[in-house]
Amino acid sequence: MDILSLLIVIPVLTLVAIAFSKSYKQVRVIAAIGSGIQLIQSFNLVWQYLQERASGNTATMVFTKSYVWFEKFNIHYDIGVDGISVALIALTGIIVSAGVYASWGVKEQAKEFFIWLILLATGVFGFFIAIDLFTMFVFYEIAVIPMYLLIGVWGSGKKEYSAMKLTLMLMGASAILLVALIGLYLYSDVDGGVRTWNILELAKVTMPIEAQRIFFPMAFVGFGALGALFPFHTWSPDGHASAPTAVSMLHAGVLMKLGGYGALRIAVGLMPEAAQEQAWFFMILTGIGAVYGAFGAIMQTDLKYINAYSSVSHLAMILFAVLMFNVTALNGAVMQMISHGFITALFFSLIGMIYGRTHTRDIYKMGGLMKVMPILAGSYMVASFASLGLPGFSAFVAEMTIFVGAFQNPDIFYRITAVLVTSSIVITAVYILRAAGILLMGPIKNEEFKELSDSVWYEKVTLVILILSITVVGMAPLWLSNMITDSLTPMLQRFAAL
Amino acid sequence: MSIMNLNSFIYMRHELVLVAVILLFLLAEIVVGSKNKNFTVNFAAGLFLLATAIGFLPIPYGEMFGGMYQTSEVNILMKNVLNVGVLIVFLQSIAWLKKDENEGRITEFFLLIVSTLVGMDYMISAGDFLMFYLGLELATIPMAALAAYQVYSIKSAEAGIKLLLLAALSSGIMLYGVSMLYGANESLYFADLIQNLSNNPLNILGLIFVFSGLAFKISIVPFHFWTADVYEGAPMNVTSYMSVISKASAAFVLMTLLFTVFKQLSQEWTYALYITSVLTMTMGNLFALRQKNIKRYLAFSSIAQAGFIFLGIIAGSQMGMSTVIYFLAIYIFSNLAVFGVAGAIFNQTGKESIDDYNGLYKTNPALALTMTFGLFSLAGIPPVAGFFGKFFLFTAAMESGFLWLTVIAVVNTIISLYYYLLIIKAMYIIPNDQPIEKFSSDFYMKAGLILATVGILSIGFFGGIHNYIFDISFGILN
Repeated sequence: MDILSLLIVIPVLTLVAIAFSKSYKQVRVIAAIGSGIQLIQSFNLVWQYLQERASGNTATMVFTKSYVWFEKFNIHYDIGVDGISVALIALTGIIVSAGVYASWGVKEQAKEFFIWLILLATGVFGFFIAIDLFTMFVFYEIAVIPMYLLIGVWGSGKKEYSAMKLTLMLMGASAILLVALIGLYLYSDVDGGVRTWNILELAKVTMPIEAQRIFFPMAFVGFGALGALFPFHTWSPDGHASAPTAVSMLHAGVLMKLGGYGALRIAVGLMPEAAQEQAWFFMILTGIGAVYGAFGAIMQTDLKYINAYSSVSHLAMILFAVLMFNVTALNGAVMQMISHGFITALFFSLIGMIYGRTHTRDIYKMGGLMKVMPILAGSYMVASFASLGLPGFSAFVAEMTIFVGAFQNPDIFYRITAVLVTSSIVITAVYILRAAGILLMGPIKNEEFKELSDSVWYEKVTLVILILSITVVGMAPLWLSNMITDSLTPMLQRFAAL
Repeated sequence: MSIMNLNSFIYMRHELVLVAVILLFLLAEIVVGSKNKNFTVNFAAGLFLLATAIGFLPIPYGEMFGGMYQTSEVNILMKNVLNVGVLIVFLQSIAWLKKDENEGRITEFFLLIVSTLVGMDYMISAGDFLMFYLGLELATIPMAALAAYQVYSIKSAEAGIKLLLLAALSSGIMLYGVSMLYGANESLYFADLIQNLSNNPLNILGLIFVFSGLAFKISIVPFHFWTADVYEGAPMNVTSYMSVISKASAAFVLMTLLFTVFKQLSQEWTYALYITSVLTMTMGNLFALRQKNIKRYLAFSSIAQAGFIFLGIIAGSQMGMSTVIYFLAIYIFSNLAVFGVAGAIFNQTGKESIDDYNGLYKTNPALALTMTFGLFSLAGIPPVAGFFGKFFLFTAAMESGFLWLTVIAVVNTIISLYYYLLIIKAMYIIPNDQPIEKFSSDFYMKAGLILATVGILSIGFFGGIHNYIFDISFGILN
């Protein structure tokens, strides 16, 4: 068994073990063990990857394996990783583990809950290791569809509406994406040779510009919708608000990164000519998304909605950076995927924990939580400061890199949009500080809240994992940054030739 | 033209075995009588299992009756797929047949189904329009009797007469088309027509009429009006048989006809297919959205699925043909899984409204899961097989340059996803104070459902299946 396929096999075995378990206690222990092994395996992969690079392997993708699947379509189960996917696999491993501990309290249909949750994680891992478009797409859909039941069954509020809206919008986007992927396949033999779904092979092909003009927007919107591209982001606030805690964590933390990753690697990476031509249009959309998301968050009083709109804003920065075509901005995009993954997962887990105690998510009904639950409140402060982009936390590194990269482009239009997007961090400060201030400071508004308890052990595990990750990336970003930059080189060489 | 001898009858083994099966059914009825239900069903299922197995034996291909009847590897494959489908239908019907209301009429059911199957096999193997027409009628008339199987139910009787009248009308239209082709080309042999068919108006009219006749059988919009009523009126297992086996065979035959006899007219039929495909997908999906009765719901869902099949036919390539057959096989398994669960529930409780499925997962998780796999497969969600089928159909259509047709089709898959999710929602999410109580199906039903589910779950993972189908398929160009 190769090191990458293990990342699929471990969660699948976990699934089988959960299916045969008897009680919810067994289920969660198995899930914790499975995700723990997976986490170790993810770190092991990072280590192996760095070793491989240190030993002088300069291939675009390492640990590649290829098995024929559908011969006549030249579809392979092709796997391989570079620095970007390795970093995102590590992110996924961490968030899934944290998510399992955050769902420790799930008792109703626990078996089914963890099965769907781990299936979702399997899809995400598969997506990141796949370098064959077809295989990648299969895993992409496997990651999306469990959301329907996770939100519909275990969610809260108007869960049926949210679940249906989320599923239809994301599957609709993926259907458009599918057309783009088939387009890439069909044009992969223009330089002679055989048609292929392999990303490495496709990167060598010069797809005719006429075809790129049709398929680039399809691919960018298809992936972008999952990355909350304005105006296709509307599933996200409703979906996050209705989803159970771990699902929000996984979805905002990891699943939405699939969109950014795909937009970078497939839409822009494989169709750079059309990307450059149409960048202005999508830059406007992402610019609106960044600012609009931040303003949207100001208007909300529900904690989950605040964080969901904040995600729309932060993810718009990723898609914006992807369109900048320079190494700094692209590096920032990937850093932001990782940083936002940790921070938003921390936020959503805290919101779940607070909601579990106060039974409300309306910030105006709460107050002074710092006095009753110092650990949770303190962690919330950390998450807030991290999200603001305070130095020392991961978001500072990521967003700074994006803005510097975006401003490098001498074109005046690029600079104006860069300034526009940058302005969103000011608005971010408003809603983050306002929410934290009302929620944590001041007098305790509700007498009953005085009796509330602080975090229990499994909640602490979640918080420690995530806060540690945020600070590690914030304090020592260089190794990660270097790992990503190395892997961007082949793509940048192609951009340079434009 | 080969000279006939007795040895060449072996080419016809599918049909002959089925005819033997029919005779044995009759014999058993006389010898054992209709009272012994257990013997009758076991005998029928066992015999048909044997017949299915015989179909898979490697036997050479050839033609008989001067080219009126011909077999090839791809024909045989399709017949085998149909046999497996019918086997599943039989397994799923047994619990229902054993009910008191069907006292003394069990053999009838098997007999009629196998008769239509013989008709379909002849239709698939026809090398001549007369043989083709014989097969078509044999596949249709017993079907009307099947639809009216519940003689005391007005709806069932109405379904039977409706099917009979409309089928007669469509046969008439088709025969008229065949006569035009004969008038223009002075032959009914496919082999002659392939060479002589030019695009003179008479031939084009003939094409349109023949196409209409078959479109009726596949219930392509605008020839679909009978479908929902007949499907609703007929017994569940007959509906399942009609919407799965009958439709799959007609779709396959339409494709081979267009790819062989009418290949000179491909420009003309491409237009017809383009328009009817878009209409069929869209109308089927839009009507399915509002259905409350599971049979009507599945009727419109299967109309929509037929529109997708046209994507592969319109591609006209070897890839297109292989994906159509691949998709049809998957379609049979997926639909039989869904129909099987609906049938099991109907047998147990008599309920066939979608609202009755609320909370099914809590009481009958195995049935709900089977249904989920079936619906996901119909909707085209990986890793179940339907995804691969649809993906390849899209690829084949785009390969032949039908980009916007594919875009319309993917938009349609999303509409269809909505109503497939409605049942998932009913089973898993909507709470219900009085859900369908926990029950256990009989052995045959379980076997039928397991067969269908295994098909759905495994086909996509074995790429070799598609390879094999591709190798025996052919396109218009060669």
